[in-house]
Amino acid sequence: MSDTIVELPDQATARIPKVNYITKENGLLSWLLTGDHKRIAILYLISITFFFFVGGALAGLIRLELLTPQSDLMASDTYNKVFTMHGVVMVFLFLVPSVPATLGNFFIPMMIGAKDLALPRINLLSWYLYVVGGILVLITMVTGGVDTGWTFTTPLSIHYVNTNVLTTGLAIFVAGFSSIFTGLNFIVTTHKMRAPGMTWFRLPLFVWANYAASILMVLGTPVLAITIVLVALERTIGIGVFDPTKGGDPLLFQHLFWFYSHPAVYIMILPGMGVISEVISTFSRKRVFGYTAVAFSSVAIAVFGFFVWAHHMFIMGVSNYAVLVFSLLTMLVAVPSAIKIFNWAFTLYKGSITFETPMLYAFGFMGLFTIGGLTGVFLGATGTDIHLTETYFIVAHFHFVMVGGMLMAFLAGIHFWWPKMTGRMYPEKVSQLAAVVTFIGFNFTFFPQFILGILGMPRRYAAYPAEFQILNVFSTAGATILGVGYMLPILYLIWSLKYGAIAGDNPWQATGLEWQCQSPPLTENFTVQPIMDHEAYDYEWLEGQKQKEEEVASVG
Amino acid sequence: MSEHKEHEHHIVSPKVYVMILLALLVGTAATVGASFVDMGPWNPVINLAIATTKATLVVLFFMHVKYGTKLTKLTVVAGIFTFLCLVAMTLADYSSRAWGQW
Amino acid sequence: MSDSQAIAQGTHPEGSGAHVEHPPYLRHHFNSVEQQADTAGFAMWLFLLTEVMFFGGLFTAYLIYRNWYYASFVAASHQLSIVLGTCNTVVLIFSSFTMAMGVWCAETRRKKGLVVSLLLTIALGLVFLGIKTVEYREKYEKHHIPGDHYSLQSFINPASDKEASEAGDKPLALDAAQHTELYFSLYFAMTGMHALHMIIGIGILVFMVIRAQAGAYTSGHVTFVENFGLYWHFVDIVWIYLFALLYLISRHA
Repeated sequence: MSDTIVELPDQATARIPKVNYITKENGLLSWLLTGDHKRIAILYLISITFFFFVGGALAGLIRLELLTPQSDLMASDTYNKVFTMHGVVMVFLFLVPSVPATLGNFFIPMMIGAKDLALPRINLLSWYLYVVGGILVLITMVTGGVDTGWTFTTPLSIHYVNTNVLTTGLAIFVAGFSSIFTGLNFIVTTHKMRAPGMTWFRLPLFVWANYAASILMVLGTPVLAITIVLVALERTIGIGVFDPTKGGDPLLFQHLFWFYSHPAVYIMILPGMGVISEVISTFSRKRVFGYTAVAFSSVAIAVFGFFVWAHHMFIMGVSNYAVLVFSLLTMLVAVPSAIKIFNWAFTLYKGSITFETPMLYAFGFMGLFTIGGLTGVFLGATGTDIHLTETYFIVAHFHFVMVGGMLMAFLAGIHFWWPKMTGRMYPEKVSQLAAVVTFIGFNFTFFPQFILGILGMPRRYAAYPAEFQILNVFSTAGATILGVGYMLPILYLIWSLKYGAIAGDNPWQATGLEWQCQSPPLTENFTVQPIMDHEAYDYEWLEGQKQKEEEVASVG
Repeated sequence: MSEHKEHEHHIVSPKVYVMILLALLVGTAATVGASFVDMGPWNPVINLAIATTKATLVVLFFMHVKYGTKLTKLTVVAGIFTFLCLVAMTLADYSSRAWGQW
Repeated sequence: MSDSQAIAQGTHPEGSGAHVEHPPYLRHHFNSVEQQADTAGFAMWLFLLTEVMFFGGLFTAYLIYRNWYYASFVAASHQLSIVLGTCNTVVLIFSSFTMAMGVWCAETRRKKGLVVSLLLTIALGLVFLGIKTVEYREKYEKHHIPGDHYSLQSFINPASDKEASEAGDKPLALDAAQHTELYFSLYFAMTGMHALHMIIGIGILVFMVIRAQAGAYTSGHVTFVENFGLYWHFVDIVWIYLFALLYLISRHA
């Protein structure tokens, strides 16, 4: 690609600052007992990456099985366990914490001009709860897995399977509290820890997005927690409200489960959208178009997200009137997401666009999330949903928004902020190649699944009719390419830690308080509390700063 | 950025606490008494109304929300709203099932 | 590099907003004691929101099944002792009062008063749990705990049951009698979860008594007591609703 906005310091003389949050203290305990939000973010980054590859390996097994129409690689029961664990790991141990716990933890305090999050010890507790949840999931896998699907539909999960529902339930319960405490921390921090002059409408949109997601975490996750408790009680001591033989309604489980799990998808996507706002602004050198609209649309997605959960239950036996209302509300919830896409497009219009790796991922996000989101609207229409639900159309829909959307946004964010977190640049050509490979692989993997769904192939089946094989083979081939695309960043990012170019404070010439500190930052972020005297995405202010620095440098 | 911290400076006097205590005890007697009187469909309404009044008194005075910041009040409202959303929309499904097809 | 930027921005190297007081309990990432206390209070309220939604799932289930199986719920609720339930409600209301008084003592630096208030709150909490144990034991003896040993006798044949015949209950049909088990599932889930929260609260209260005796909360730093008070009042509010919904469905003939 032609231009680049990257400005690195003179590599002959540049050095990583000797005192930073990594070198401040040494020893394992200084990391395991840290209160520093940046160190906790790195701890999360390592653990989340580990679980991403666990979930990815499970995905690989799924795609391998689906190469042939017969259930020949593994028994059907085993296949059920594989896709269940894939869902549990990817949703609860990767997607939900990915951006908030890594990038949010690292950058929200810096973006608002604070020294740390409001509750550093709760932050560390969050990480430990995540690790405990993760270990419990691993124990579940090792002791035979669970095969109910990640949605644990009753009465299957209570009365009809003998697998590790309780252990998995406990794992999700614990990981859920990790999420609750992270969200709680972010809400308190955003309200109480902003630097002087940092009004709500001067906040980076990344902060708004995480704030909205945090509201969902705090209000939605406890309902999942109590649902798990009820399932556990019914499975163990028979205190139960989901048992039809006693007059209970299994559908009540689904109401309570999806009351969390629908907002959960917004918990997963909103922080990613926050990343995209930052990346698109920086690489088109333009303030985000319609800042207020984007900020309010984040909160609108959060609020509306609470009103639509029964669209996961259209065929399950809810009343027709409820179906009508929820379908209508589902149409409404798409509007704020669309507003964001339009605003990002208008940000790009007449901007000075360059194609560094974060921007490539952002473009991928915009296209793939739009497709995924639109197919969500198709599914919100009840008539279509009755035909397409429980088919591969659903699988394709949520992988487009989650993998094509959220995961691309996560990678965009990791690449965007890597220089700030580590002080090093990654090799640009390899990273751009990885982004393109990921995009190609993704489309090959998941686009055929839309067609498979329309043709009628059911989801969660190890064996399928032979006429679906060719599309499944395409999908698996794409998955292989996608796997390569995800392996590459691991390799070159680790490589860059030692051999990458020194990044300097602000290689992207980005606005935002986090770019006004050294890379990697000091433990206390700022030596002096900054005073915010300009709007967000103020590139003229940035120009002014550069000029002032040149004056200071040339005078001294 | 630092908000006016009313509740730090406003110390609620024990007299207020005693009055609220008495109000809560009266409310308890009322709600127990009301459950023995047949008021038809109004029984659950009165029951919940008294319970909500008691809860409101606890929130406003024992938990100092009356003397608290706007943010505190907004937070309480947000929690109640989300809970009502869960209850109302779930109940909407259950109560409309009996209405049949269309 | 960052210092020169700070100077260029025109900020003071000493830091914005001089620290008038710097007590030992002021943590490094806060600018002032007010900010720290404010933050802790807000965090506690958010935690209470999560508790509202946590119990909210149970209340939702309750409201649905009470709507569906009203007769069963009425009959089942007659098995609860209204005397013990009212007692417990009064006990918890008093414990909320003593807790609020404890916060007042901390705010006005009355150490002895604070310790007495906390001890009274613990005592009342233990009385509540004691009464609950009596109630649970009664359910166990009458085979009203859901599960394998649940007995429908009290509902199919109310004459054989003290509480049912006192309430003047008619015999229920078999399926309606079976639905009483749902009531008790919810009763145990909801009051059990509530009792668990009380036990945790009493544990924290014991810790607080020890710290209060050492003067930790009566030298200007009342945040812990204040925020625990919020938690305790919340637990009281949950009981106010539990009492109304579980015990007082319908006690008239």
